[in-house]
Amino acid sequence: MKRKDRKEDELRKIEAQAGIVKNATGSARFKIGKTVALAAVYGPRPVFPRFLQNPKRGILRCHYTMLPFSGMGERIRPGQNRRAKEISLVTENALSQVVDLSAFPNSVVDVVIEIPEADAGTRCAGISAASMALADAGIPMKELIGSVAVGRVGESLLVDLDYNEEASDEGAADIPVAMFERTKAISLLQLDGLLTKEQLDKVLELAEKACLEVVAIQRKALKEQYQ
Amino acid sequence: MSELVIKDKDVVTPGEELAKGMDYLPSTNTFREGESIYANKLGLLRVEGKVLKVVPLSGEYAPKTDDTIICQVKDILLSGWNLNTFSPYTAVLNVKDGVSTFVKRGADLSRFYQVGDYVSVRIFNVTSQKLIDVSMRGPGLGKLDAARVVRVNSNKVPRIIGKQGSMVSLIKEHTGASINVGQNGVILVKAEDPKKEIIAVEAIKKIEAEAHHAGLTETIQQWLVKQ
Repeated sequence: MKRKDRKEDELRKIEAQAGIVKNATGSARFKIGKTVALAAVYGPRPVFPRFLQNPKRGILRCHYTMLPFSGMGERIRPGQNRRAKEISLVTENALSQVVDLSAFPNSVVDVVIEIPEADAGTRCAGISAASMALADAGIPMKELIGSVAVGRVGESLLVDLDYNEEASDEGAADIPVAMFERTKAISLLQLDGLLTKEQLDKVLELAEKACLEVVAIQRKALKEQYQ
Repeated sequence: MSELVIKDKDVVTPGEELAKGMDYLPSTNTFREGESIYANKLGLLRVEGKVLKVVPLSGEYAPKTDDTIICQVKDILLSGWNLNTFSPYTAVLNVKDGVSTFVKRGADLSRFYQVGDYVSVRIFNVTSQKLIDVSMRGPGLGKLDAARVVRVNSNKVPRIIGKQGSMVSLIKEHTGASINVGQNGVILVKAEDPKKEIIAVEAIKKIEAEAHHAGLTETIQQWLVKQ
């Protein structure tokens, strides 16, 4: 499949803004193409239920939900479901590698991610928004995380797939990737579809470049609110 | 050869490179990796000789020894009070540190401080698990009279107080209000005239919003004169 409106390794238009939820400790909005993610961070605060608390370090808890009419298809039942639980888990794993909560024993940092509009790549947009929101909340972090979905549609390798590409008749493979900025460590890598080893290597190179672009935009947005 | 990558007093984000080379030393909210120093919080870079530190712009209050904070009595214990410190952790005020008279074992402690009362206390110990011991022995500490409670970000408190208390005395002078500032970001404001009380609260909110700007005392003075 040939892309018409942008290059193979080009991201959709990104808008990022930090500090949008006044009642949260930190928050951010991350828009990529038609996908919008809002992230709000609360805490560190006391853990409830108490058995979850860890006396050695604070815990990170993520909660991902889509709004009822965010998708292209039918109404989504709000709240938890199998998919939302999985995404909350992978988001938590991706983010917990980078935050340092050793100074906050027995506490929790809650990350709430809401998707008001979806056009594929929602978990990646969610992680990108959460990375900004955590920084905005003053949580110690070793670096920022950028996240983008890459993949294969037909024979072409693409960055930042939208819904039409993902659902293409030519057959598609979708790979959400989250990458640290400095160490280039990958903290999220899922694969939905078939891909050769060579294609995977190539597409991850594209992902690295794209993730760094995302982090640069996050950084700019975080600084903008103090100008 | 060592060099600064970012200027003094610029806003920095987590993972951003601050300086190259071994001549600079990492201090609070920064860390060294390889030959470079990086920030691990969103904040303002401060260069003090060869020492680099980041002054955070956001985040919850982190209890420190010798801080004077304003707490709310949350519960009454067998031999003391449990206090809400408006941070992730609660503090305990023991009878011996809270009352100067002799109190019999098992006496009703609610006749000294009741649930919901605001008290000004000094932190004299914070353990590794963030258990906080507070005391009321010291000038200006004790139970506080009913007043308007304003909560601000604890990172902005130094700006609200100003150099040698210049900012607080400025507001006091113009509004005639009595202002009690806790380092945890809880501020009690009380004035004879309710209108002046509201002006004092607005001034505090204004300082909080513009805390990262230079020449704030003059801006606030002009604003207060206008009111």
